[in-house]
Amino acid sequence: MSSPGVISDEQVEILINDVLEQHGYDFTGYSRASLKRRLSRLYSLDKHVSFAEFRYRTLNDEVYFKHFVEGVTVNVTEMFRDPSFYRLLREKILPSLNTYPFIRIWLAGCSTGEEAYSVAIILKELNLLHKSLIYATDINPTVLEKAGNGMFPLSQMKNYSENYIASGGTKDFSSYYAASYSLAKFDTELKAKMIFSTHNLVSDRSFNEFQLILCRNVLIYFDRPLQFRVLQLFDQSLENLGYLALGTKETIDFSPVSKSYKRVETDKVWRKIG
Amino acid sequence: MKKQKALIIGGSAGSLDVLLKVLPDIKPDFDFSIIIVIHRKQGADSLLTDLLSHRTKLKVKEADEKEKILAGNVYVAPSDYHLLIEKDFTFSLDYSEKINYSRPSIDVTFQSAADAYGQNLACLLLSGSNADGVNGLIAAKKNGGTTLVQNPETAQVTYMPEQAILRANVSAILTIDEMADYINSLSLNN
Repeated sequence: MSSPGVISDEQVEILINDVLEQHGYDFTGYSRASLKRRLSRLYSLDKHVSFAEFRYRTLNDEVYFKHFVEGVTVNVTEMFRDPSFYRLLREKILPSLNTYPFIRIWLAGCSTGEEAYSVAIILKELNLLHKSLIYATDINPTVLEKAGNGMFPLSQMKNYSENYIASGGTKDFSSYYAASYSLAKFDTELKAKMIFSTHNLVSDRSFNEFQLILCRNVLIYFDRPLQFRVLQLFDQSLENLGYLALGTKETIDFSPVSKSYKRVETDKVWRKIG
Repeated sequence: MKKQKALIIGGSAGSLDVLLKVLPDIKPDFDFSIIIVIHRKQGADSLLTDLLSHRTKLKVKEADEKEKILAGNVYVAPSDYHLLIEKDFTFSLDYSEKINYSRPSIDVTFQSAADAYGQNLACLLLSGSNADGVNGLIAAKKNGGTTLVQNPETAQVTYMPEQAILRANVSAILTIDEMADYINSLSLNN
């Protein structure tokens, strides 16, 4: 059961401040309602006896702090989520990158990797995987370990297979994984074209130039000033004529970079036009 | 008398019919915001917004993230996201775990609204088959808000309003026929 309200507004600010000073993670630009909910949830789940104890462990226990970061950030994801978006990738965006000798894709906020594997499957089917590299980054080292394993719950495969078909996939989805107990282990050929690395969108810089950046359902957790800063980071990391893909409820419309971008059809994909 | 700044209506199975009966009788010049959180199948994206917009004279729109919440508008929570209210009266969206098997969860919106609006909030829970929203009503009441529930005798599915009455100490129980008048009476200019 959710127990909101166990962490007060003041306590949220105390924790944000502690975590910034002690660990260098900056949550000051996160939307507060959601952050407060995450902190309250973590407090309840971990059965802390007092705020003082929660604060002490967050400050001083490195192992607990890793768990804290995983709990505070949202890591819910699925393969081929929003099939119409993946159809656009398959039919329009990725084919248009075929002219490049080498395709670099940045998946920012990749969480446990489901999107990275989805993109890799489409690249493979378009015969582009051999010349592509997916840089999959997240703030959270724990989820990156999971992403690197390429193993997802077998119970999800029916849903993912339906998404895959709805996105225009025509192969037998089960040909991409081998069942191992309750897990589906994905083809290592897909993983060979992925690089997993920690990257904090709040504090880390641009590290390469890409033809496609995907960052879906990450900006919704940020306030407007931070959203604009991150969009600027993406702009610096995107080649001219490259594409930026956001979540279905996210937009670049109000940001300073929006004037150098053109929307691709009605989806949440924008092309950089210099 | 305390002034309502927002009315949040939550519901699940059997609640759409109630909305379609009640909303057409709401006077379009109401001076607060109406926010609707209805469980529905993922994917049928703006269908609910279009339907409500078509069947009423009200300004109905899907809630956008960071959007300023204005009086006189009806906002609909998008499918498959939690909808939260920030202290500066803007919306946030959240794609975290389902709550009570639901996303959007009524509890999530009620609870964050209770934080933001305090006593200037009214929450109405309609027909439905699970208890999502009941904890939210409790939070709203605790912060001084007004809590309303559909009379289970008029509900297609009684579990949700029954749980609310059992656990939430609600301010009033309304039949479908009483709802429009009640909502209209929340406006100062009425």
